[in-house]
Order: sequence, then C-alpha cells, then structure tokens
Amino acid sequence: MSNTITFTIDGVEVTGQPGQTIMEAADAAGIYIPRLCALEELSPHGSCRVCTVMVNGRPQAACTQPIADGMVVENDTEQILAIRRDIIDMLFVEGNHFCMFCEKSGNCELQALAYRFGIAAPRFPYLFPKRDIDATHPDIFIDRNRCILCGRCVRASRDIDGKNVFEFVGRGFEKRVAVNAEANLADTDAAATDEAVNVCPTGALLKKRVGYAVPVGQRKYDHKPIGSEIEKK
Amino acid sequence: MANDKTKRVIIEPVTRVEGHGKVSILLDEKNNVTQARLHIVEFRGFERFVQGRPYWEVPVLVQRLCGICPVSHHLCAAKAMDLIVGVDKLTPTAEKMRRLMHYGQTYQSHALHFFHLVSPDLLFGFDADPAIRNVIGVAAKFPDLAVQGVMMRKYGQEIIKATAGKKIHGTGAIPGGINKNLTIEERDGFLKDLDQQLEWCRAALKIAKDYTLEHLAELADFGSFDSNHLSIVREDGAMDLYDGNLRAIDAEGKKIFDQVDPRDYHTVLQEEVRSWSYMKFPFLQKLGPQKGWYRVGPLARINCCDFIDTPEAEAARKEFVEATGNKTCNVTMAYHWTRIIELLHAGEKIKELLHDADLQGTDLLAKGERRGEAAAILEAPRGTLIHHYKVNEDDQVTMANLIVSTTHNNEPMNQAVRKVAADHISGKAEITEGLLNHVEVAIRAYDPCLSCATHALGKMPLEVTLLNADGQVVDHKAT
Ligand code: FES
Repeated sequence: MSNTITFTIDGVEVTGQPGQTIMEAADAAGIYIPRLCALEELSPHGSCRVCTVMVNGRPQAACTQPIADGMVVENDTEQILAIRRDIIDMLFVEGNHFCMFCEKSGNCELQALAYRFGIAAPRFPYLFPKRDIDATHPDIFIDRNRCILCGRCVRASRDIDGKNVFEFVGRGFEKRVAVNAEANLADTDAAATDEAVNVCPTGALLKKRVGYAVPVGQRKYDHKPIGSEIEKK
Repeated sequence: MANDKTKRVIIEPVTRVEGHGKVSILLDEKNNVTQARLHIVEFRGFERFVQGRPYWEVPVLVQRLCGICPVSHHLCAAKAMDLIVGVDKLTPTAEKMRRLMHYGQTYQSHALHFFHLVSPDLLFGFDADPAIRNVIGVAAKFPDLAVQGVMMRKYGQEIIKATAGKKIHGTGAIPGGINKNLTIEERDGFLKDLDQQLEWCRAALKIAKDYTLEHLAELADFGSFDSNHLSIVREDGAMDLYDGNLRAIDAEGKKIFDQVDPRDYHTVLQEEVRSWSYMKFPFLQKLGPQKGWYRVGPLARINCCDFIDTPEAEAARKEFVEATGNKTCNVTMAYHWTRIIELLHAGEKIKELLHDADLQGTDLLAKGERRGEAAAILEAPRGTLIHHYKVNEDDQVTMANLIVSTTHNNEPMNQAVRKVAADHISGKAEITEGLLNHVEVAIRAYDPCLSCATHALGKMPLEVTLLNADGQVVDHKAT
C-alpha cells in the first residue's frame, strides 16, 4: 500500500495523506473550500455545512469526511455553490447580523463569505430572533445576536484553553451558547487572553473596548476575499 | 365618517408617509389662519435601540439614525464617548482629523443644499413652474453651476472618506480619538483641487448675497418672525462648528446665557411634548415654552458668534451683518446667505487643516478614567446637535437622549409656515399653487432633515391640508 491517497477535486488530481479530511488535503493543494465552523487548530465539528461538497455524487461535509483513493469530489459547481449560498443566507436571517455597524465588519468570516458568494441581501425573510448580550465580564462580551453556533469557542476553550467556559444548551431554534456558571460570563474563569475569544468567526464573542480600532481599508478582508490565503499557496 | 377622518388627521398626524412633508393649517370662522403645523416623522426609536449596546459601538451605530447627516451623529456620539472614557482633550492629530471630517461634512451638506435644493428657487423665482424649478432645470439653464454643485459635494465626500474610512457609515472617530491619520498622498490629492473649490465657494456666496440684497424687500417679511437663537461658540466668542459652549441670544441679540458647558445643557434647555407630534419641542428653560423657543442652524450661528476665525468668511459675515443693519437678523430667507458664508468658512478651515502637519501625526488615541455619563454638542450643518448618554459598569448604554437640529427648529418651522400661510390665504379657504410653493420655500430655508427635504430632484413632496374651525378638511393638495 502506498502512503499517499490520490483523488480528484473538480477533475484536478490531488494527493493527500491517510487520515486527512477532504478539507485538509484541499488546503494543502491550494484549493479553497469555504467553511465557518472548521478551523485548523480545532477538531472538526461538521455543524455549519458551508463546506458541503459532492463526494461521488453525494453531499458530504469536507471538514469531517476523510479522503479515499479514487474519490471524486465536486467543490466548484453551480449545484454546490447554490447549496452554500442558501446556507449562508439562512445564517444571516437566523440571527441579527447588522454588518453596517458591527465592529467585526471587515474582519468577519460570515460577512466575507457573503461577499465571496456575491450575496448583497438575503433572499429569505429575516426572523429577528430575540437574543441577549452578556457584558458582565470586564474584558470580554458575548453578543448572541451574532452567534452562528459554530462551536469554535466551545472547542477552543475546552481543547486549547483547558477551561470549558462555553457549552451549547437547548435544541433547534432555541439552541444557544451558554457559559459554565450559574449566571454570567463574569462568573467563569474566562480571560481576554483565551484562544476561545480569538476564534469566533463573527462578532459574537469579542474583546471589549477594541471596537473599530482598525480603520476601513486595513481590515482583514478589505482587499482580499476570504479563502485567498489558501488559494495562493 | 368624514369627521372621523378629520380628527385622525389632527390627532395622529404622523402617519408614516415616507418622503412627504405634511402640513396642516387651521382656520377660524373668518378663514384666517390660526395655526399651522408641520408634521415630521422622527426616528425616536434609536434611543431604545441603543440600550444595552456597548458604548464604543454607538458612534458607528448612531449613523443609522439619519441617512442625511450621519457624520454629524458619528462625531457627536464620539465626542460623548470621549468623555465616557475619561478623555477631555484629544491628541492634536485626533482633534484635527475629526475637525477635517466635520468640515468635509459641512461642506458637502451645504453645497448639496444650495446647489440642488435652493438654487432653483433663487434662479427661477419661488413662483416658477415646479417642472422647471428643480435641479434638472438648473442643469439645463446653468450647466456650470450644476457641475460645480456636484464637484463640491464630491470634494466634501472624499474628505469624509479619507477621515472616516467610508463616505457613509465610516468608523474613523473612536472613543478617545481617531483610527487613522491623513496620508501625504491623501493630503496632496485634496490640496490639488482646493483653490478651485474655494473659487466656487466665492461664486456661490456672490449668488446668495446678490440675490438676497436684490430681493430684500420681498424676502425680509417672507416667513419671518422674531425669535431667540442658539448655537455653540468658542470660548472667545468665535464661530466653532465642532466644539464650544452654548450661547443663546434673543431677537435683539441680547445674551440669554453664554458659555454653558455642553454637559449642563439640560439646565438651560427643556423639551416639551405636544399631543399632536411625536417630535419634542425644546425651549430655553429661563423663558418657558411660550417664549423660549429658538432657531438653530447657519442663521443662528452667524447671529450668535462674535466673529469667524477665517478671513474670507469673516469678511462675508461683516457684510451680512452690515446688510441687516448691525442687528440680529430674524429673516428666514437669510438662512441661505449665512449657509454659504459657512460653506466658505468650511472651505477655509479645510485649507488650514490640510496645511497642518499634525494630520500626519501618529498619536491617535488618548486614555482616561471611565465615567458613567456624558453629554456632547456640535454644530451639524442644520444646527445644534446634542447627544447625551449613560453607560453602566458593564460598558452598556443604559440611557440615550438626542436632540437634533430639526427638533430645535420645530417651532420656528411651524411659525414660518403659519406666517406664509397667513400671507397667502387671507379669507379664502383654498390651497393655491402659490401657497404650496411658498410653504415649500419657507420650510426649505431651515434645511430640515426630512427625507423629503433632500429629494433627489430638489422638489420637496408636500402635502397640505386645510382645516376649518370645526376641524373639517376643507382642502387638501399634494405636490
Ligand atoms: S466547516 Fe464543515 S461543517 Fe462547518
């Protein structure tokens, strides 16, 4: 048995190592597969489904699906793009995302994906859910209006910070990120230096008093679309 | 049925007809005007929406309040948040970048108002056919002027972009300072066009001045009335659009109060609620609601200040004061002339700032001790703007009170409409074309921030309702 696995993404031959996911192999090959819950330093979660690809004709999450010899992966087809666009659209209307005044604007992965997919305004009706803010911690705040339940903070706190500050509670539309305390974030051992605070793809978990310190034009996605850092590899 | 309808018009007038200025005029038995009311839809919702939001978000968030002068709200909220983070004095770079942003905003707003909205009235006359009396008509007959208007607006907008990051909904001003300086390239880009811009300001000033002087006899009385005036002024009495203390004068120019710290605004100003309008009516506490209403905006600022600290605008101010007989000016239509004096002043200030090396400084942010409450004031293009906030220990806004220029000018606009209506109706319960035109012109003098007031074509969509002594609608016309 050889030590490499060969498969194709959109007809291009890609080689990877056994145990790699489609996303990992694609990243290494400079092929961008959009994602929101996946992050290199975290274990895969497979929850957002933005990374959906067709594997031998069936939809799969690229961030959790291991590669196999001879696999035929479709990433950049009209059908897949339409699925992803719908998912992103739904994420927007499910929360309260007001990019025009959000401090994460320009550095937000959800917003950057919307731009990459050419979404100017969602096609689905806004749900305007009632969500709360937890500003009790002196240095960090949670704005659940912007939470997309990607679970990055949950995993980072548990696996990197070794703290277990965050956990999901509730089901379906009621699902939300809770904190590991009787009441509020202030009652946990969360700190501004935690990796959990850095990994949020949107503006749901933020350091306080940073705000708009980076001017328009110098923010992460002001000039380069999301994914370009992988594509230029 | 008809009566029911009538009542609804009077009691709940603020139906959300976007883009229409609504006026109702009440007559007595002899068909004399007893009262005129301009119904304005105001976005009070913000004061609730902002509750619970982190304070540093407010200067950006508040720009959603008003699409017409977002930069003024951005800066006024930032000034309040400076105080919240305990900063009483910004770094020179931050202060000057903010000022540049503010003068850029004033410049583009005044240019837009003059060229797009007012020049048709002045060039074609108030009674001209509205089909010609609009910016398209100006473009056809005076193409150079229309182009100037567009170029001046663009110049101001580019300054906003260079200081705030974007032309609309920028993020430049942050609590305690600014997030960028002005690059040499940006500076040189603006300097290149500056002389031409100032030349156009002078030309606009000439149009406004000549027009006013030539038509003084008819303008003097048009929608005019004696009133108090309010603005901020610098400590030495100079006009200062960005920062200063409150001064109020009466119709003769006598000071009612002076150098009141913005933080104490509520000790000199009060707001009255009236049943028929969601918009509040502010008044000078000392004089009470009946006599204490006042005007804000360019006319009030020129009246309130002792001098202007840029040479050409100061010369223009002196000419203005001379023309009004060295007295406080209470002529509504004089707003246009004074607005253009400020346009020139903004241009001169932009010049002064662009030549200041502090704009390339790198010390952008100051720090201080957190406070729980702050109020700040600046002079927006349309007039005095007040932002007042309380912030809790968790950094969340718990209270916001905003008084915008159109609210200050609420009573004056009602007075102007009443005056114009009285002059035009005299005994006949009928809305004539002339009345419609003149009501429009009178309201426009105040440059209210109605969405209709900046209608793209410069034509103000207006609905006028005439009510008799029994409250019945006797006439209704819309433009
Ligand atoms: S990135 Fe794969 S499911 Fe979210």
